Amino acid sequence: MGRYVIRRLLQMIPVFIGSTFLIFFMVYALGDPVAALFGDRAPDPATAAQIRHDLYLDHSLPAQYIHYMGNLFKGDFGTAFNGQSVLQLMGDAFPVTIRLTIVAIIFEIIIGITLGVLTGMKRGKPVDTGVLLLTLVVISVPTFVTGYVLQYIFGVQLKWTAPSVSPSAPFNELILPGLVLALVSLAYVTRLTRTSIAENTRGDYVRTAVAKGLPRRRVIIRHLLRNSLIPVVTFIGTDIGALMGGAIVTERIFNIHGVGYNLYQGILRNNAPTVVGFVTILVLVFLIANLLVDLLYAVLDPRIRYA
Amino acid sequence: MRGATRVKWAAGAVVVALAAGACGGGSSGGGGSTNGIVRASWGDPQNPLEPADTNEVQGGKVLDMIFRGLKKYNPKTAAAENWIAQSITSTDSQTFDIKLKSGWTFSNGEPVNADSFINAWNYGAALKNAQLNASFFAPIAGYAQVHPDATGASAVTDKLSGLHKVSDTEFTVKLSSKFALFPDTLGYSAFYPLPQSFFTNHSAWLAKPIGNGPYEISSYTKGTGMNLVKWDGYKGSDAASNKGVDLRVYTDNNTAYTDLQAGNLDLVDDIPASQLKNVKNDLGSRYINVPAGIIQTIAFPLYSSRWNTPNSAKIRQGLSMAINRQQITQQIFQNTRTPASDWTSPVLGDAGGFKQGLCGQECTYNPSKAKQVIAQAGGLPGGHITISYNADTGSHKEWVDAVCNSINNALGNNTACVGAPVGTFADFRNKITNKQQNDPFRAGWQMDYPLIQDFLQPQYYTNASSNDSHYSNANFDNLVNQANAASSSSESVSKFQDAEKQLVIDMPAIPLWYQNGSAGYSSNVSNVFLNPFSVPVYNEINVK
Repeated sequence: MGRYVIRRLLQMIPVFIGSTFLIFFMVYALGDPVAALFGDRAPDPATAAQIRHDLYLDHSLPAQYIHYMGNLFKGDFGTAFNGQSVLQLMGDAFPVTIRLTIVAIIFEIIIGITLGVLTGMKRGKPVDTGVLLLTLVVISVPTFVTGYVLQYIFGVQLKWTAPSVSPSAPFNELILPGLVLALVSLAYVTRLTRTSIAENTRGDYVRTAVAKGLPRRRVIIRHLLRNSLIPVVTFIGTDIGALMGGAIVTERIFNIHGVGYNLYQGILRNNAPTVVGFVTILVLVFLIANLLVDLLYAVLDPRIRYA
Repeated sequence: MRGATRVKWAAGAVVVALAAGACGGGSSGGGGSTNGIVRASWGDPQNPLEPADTNEVQGGKVLDMIFRGLKKYNPKTAAAENWIAQSITSTDSQTFDIKLKSGWTFSNGEPVNADSFINAWNYGAALKNAQLNASFFAPIAGYAQVHPDATGASAVTDKLSGLHKVSDTEFTVKLSSKFALFPDTLGYSAFYPLPQSFFTNHSAWLAKPIGNGPYEISSYTKGTGMNLVKWDGYKGSDAASNKGVDLRVYTDNNTAYTDLQAGNLDLVDDIPASQLKNVKNDLGSRYINVPAGIIQTIAFPLYSSRWNTPNSAKIRQGLSMAINRQQITQQIFQNTRTPASDWTSPVLGDAGGFKQGLCGQECTYNPSKAKQVIAQAGGLPGGHITISYNADTGSHKEWVDAVCNSINNALGNNTACVGAPVGTFADFRNKITNKQQNDPFRAGWQMDYPLIQDFLQPQYYTNASSNDSHYSNANFDNLVNQANAASSSSESVSKFQDAEKQLVIDMPAIPLWYQNGSAGYSSNVSNVFLNPFSVPVYNEINVK
């Protein structure tokens, strides 16, 4: 187990270097950011050259990358154009997005798995058809539609909540955005759980458990659900990364100044340090989430062993 | 069935918890009492908030709240009025004697004196500080020594030789050539004074800028928002009539608009395009739509072989006549733009140089004449053109497509004109700056100060700083020189208008429309209006 984890952690190093280079290269390919700083006015060459020099943009791409990586290992993620250090930006943004992701994941787990078990146990009944139809609607409506509609209904019409989230973004203000963010994944979780439960209800061990005379609740939770959760856990695990990086739309709608907001600003302004810094951390989140998922398999299914 | 029942209960509990949580959020976020503070929408300024390094409106609106300069542009008439300046006089339109009013201080107690201006201007002009607005100091004598133009050149000195201190309340400015309207440029934010603390502790100043205006900054969280409070020690006659302004950064102007509807925000100065249809119903008289000093044009790359032939001016005139400005401003912009008929802006007023219809029939929609003119001139170069625009910000695609559609209809050719999107604004600007355009591109000009000079000279004078078309005409240059050397401002304005008439003949850029500033406000506040720069005049807003 320990050796497995160490091996997996070591594998992250080349992935980390490769992904930073790719992202750095892609942002670089977007073009020279200096011209945009001047707005619609043409930059005067001397000022532009001075800014490029200050930002280390007057070197070749490999030199810039090495310079960036060198600073990175000294703990310096560079600065955004407004003079804020990227490290500080990340320190402000990640807690907010992590809170949002936690809210979304909780929705996925509680509502998604509950509905999945419910429909899986009552296949073909009206409840099943109804939920299936509902998930179809949720999957087919894009996030920005559900986001704006729920924001308008709950924020403007009913006034249950503020339409936008305040800068400190406490948990109670993140409930609606979290729900919007979770909706699509929630529908997938419901369907995955349902299918998995439906398959396993015919399993020998379930019949054995029932034959032993165990209470129904114990059969479902201890035996059936535990075995059915493996695909669901995989999905939710990879979804953590996707939710954190993919919250751009939700964060825009609810004016949450998290990772998505900073990435958007960074891309819009061609600021390589911001984009590379944030995406690198997201890559790490993906890798660690995947590792945790793999380790969770062993917990859920004792037959799986890692060496 | 016991299990399923439990599940139902769990689901029910979640819904109840959700509703309860949502209620909690409402009571904390949607509170009505603002204690005399205006809550306004804001965008994250792109650059640090230094006067000479801020060239966009979001940073500019803060600087205009915390600073006052030698002159101030009247928020209603756009006239440049003496503010900190007691008088600005000149006998030859080249050397200006500036006397300051006494008693002005910065909010940290430092006096505003001649040094505050001289040091600030030297800092803004010096190459090593790489300030985006450095070129505003270019008219001052000695600029070439502190800010050589060539790439890689280094400055000889860091003091402008044209600035000379006479006493604490008086200094002189010598320009490198005559420029009659120079005093009227001094209301621009690049010319604001700076306190000593800006130079002695730069990073602390940037974290919380200190100025001499009606407001002082009480807290500033970059990327999130800023709280400004009324500064009680302010000397000017335009002290704030509210207790302060809270600026909140919004990534999406739709959200700001929703917050305004929900009563969470008092002022939105950027109505989203998608809401323009509803805004009158939603806000009624609390919706503002007034002309601003912004003009949109389609500029041509006159360095390209496609556009420098003897006949190409005729083609450009033909294209101009093929654009149905009236319809596009109504249908696409819901009248938040006004069809343009000259190269300036209505906010200048007639005395300031705006002249409706100066462009004449060349800017009037006339599809049959357009077709005829273009055919006579030999047709579009290569049979078709593209209009390039940046696709990342603003909704340029809609109107570019509409303009092309209008041209195609006039010429009876469905492929005569197509839009050419460029992914990012940076890339778009790079292509223009590096002279890589072969076909027309969208161009916008927001005035820095309300002068006809600012609409013409930077864009159309030979080798001027923003002459993206690389237009060059001896007659135009000559008339601009005469206008700058004129002894009175009315004479100067009429010379500028003569120069503008040359643009009708050469049509280096097709005027499209004047952009309006739009804003909406809540019933919490009153006396809200926009200045000619389309920025709300915060210090005049009353809070109920």
